[in-house]
Amino acid sequence: MTQAPSAPRLPVERTDPFDPPKRIGELRETEPLSRLSFPDGHLGWLVTSYALTRQILADPRFSSRQELRHFPLDHPLAREPQPPARPGMFIRMDGEDHGHYRRLLTGQFTVRRMRALEPLVQEIIDSALDDLEAAGPGADLVKHFALPVPSLVICELLGVPAADRSKFQRDSATIMRLDSGGEEVWAALGSLTAFLGELVAAKRAEPTDDILGGLCATGELDDEELVNMALLLLVAGHETTANMLGLGTFALLTHPEEREKFTAGPGVVNGVVEELLRWLSIIQYGATRTALEDVELDGVQVSAGECLILSVQGANRDPERFTDPDVLDVTRSAQGHLSFGHGIHQCLGQQLARVEMRLAYASLFRRFPTLRLAVEPEQVPTRTNMLIYGVHELPVAW
Amino acid sequence: MEVEVDARKCCAAGMCALTAPEVFDQDEAAGTVVLLAARPPQAAWESVWEAADSCPAGAITVRD
Repeated sequence: MTQAPSAPRLPVERTDPFDPPKRIGELRETEPLSRLSFPDGHLGWLVTSYALTRQILADPRFSSRQELRHFPLDHPLAREPQPPARPGMFIRMDGEDHGHYRRLLTGQFTVRRMRALEPLVQEIIDSALDDLEAAGPGADLVKHFALPVPSLVICELLGVPAADRSKFQRDSATIMRLDSGGEEVWAALGSLTAFLGELVAAKRAEPTDDILGGLCATGELDDEELVNMALLLLVAGHETTANMLGLGTFALLTHPEEREKFTAGPGVVNGVVEELLRWLSIIQYGATRTALEDVELDGVQVSAGECLILSVQGANRDPERFTDPDVLDVTRSAQGHLSFGHGIHQCLGQQLARVEMRLAYASLFRRFPTLRLAVEPEQVPTRTNMLIYGVHELPVAW
Repeated sequence: MEVEVDARKCCAAGMCALTAPEVFDQDEAAGTVVLLAARPPQAAWESVWEAADSCPAGAITVRD
């Protein structure tokens, strides 16, 4: 394997469950655009400041195309050249290819539409809280609350019939679990893809009033595109929010003063959600972009074809943008955080995520005012080697 | 204060409608920005600046 001798790999070692690796902060101070070596031998860049991260995300000269990406982490798949994005997987496309697919969905995720879903989301949350209560003190909050809530919400949105939901949830959980074996993952992915294929066929035959039904009705997408878009929405809408719910609850339970501010008065919950998004920055290995042409950034030449890892953690903890960035302060304005990205790829489902988090955190602490960890904080298993950070389990009592 | 929006640039993330709902809305079908008040009242100025800063696509222009 070739590797540039002078360039380090992506820093991943955490010393605290909530803080980014220390090296990220050091680099931001000294060299916010620094050389980075990739496991496949590529020599690229690591970006750790807010200003540069935001600038690059908004600049179309930096591409999202899958075939131009390199993976920063050592993983068997990281050494293979990446194929172009499959039809419908628009988050790994640029320009009009991306715009065409995204536009078919944007009307479905407006602030108003997401607010209209609140009663439905609340119902799902209340039912998950019933399950948690029935499981009794010592129950795992991830299993009974953080995972099922976003999963059932996305099932409702996609229009997955109630009878198919347990299979749907089981397959998606297998794909996203760290300890699933490779074969198990491929089998679950195959089963999920087949299931979504059948669902698409059913919705073509009999149109329904949900996102997938709406996409079918546009008449602009073939079956492969529809299945891939459904898969994308499922993955994007599920694991991210689930980890924010689990890790966010862990953060509030270990920061009693912040929890107190949150539970003391109404009107704080929006700020709590934004601050947790900023402080936790669960997209722990950042966003990836590739320079399409030579670009000068802060006096440094980035060459065409070079891949940049944009540290969302670094950006969201940048003291140039946020005062005392390492402090969790639910009453601050975290406006401008980059946890949903920036630029034209910014998270399409962010308003749904906000509705889910707002209702979920508020309902959880209202229902269980004495909620506490059932284990020591050090015993909570964290998702250090997963693309999306969080906790695997969160045993709680009340 | 004068506000302009460019719906062609808009990527329908909804940040403006979330941040300053009295000034910005989203098109029901496309999700793209709809300007409700090109000269918003002073009480809304702070949230309008915030909305313009938050816009991921740079589709909002504000003039003092």
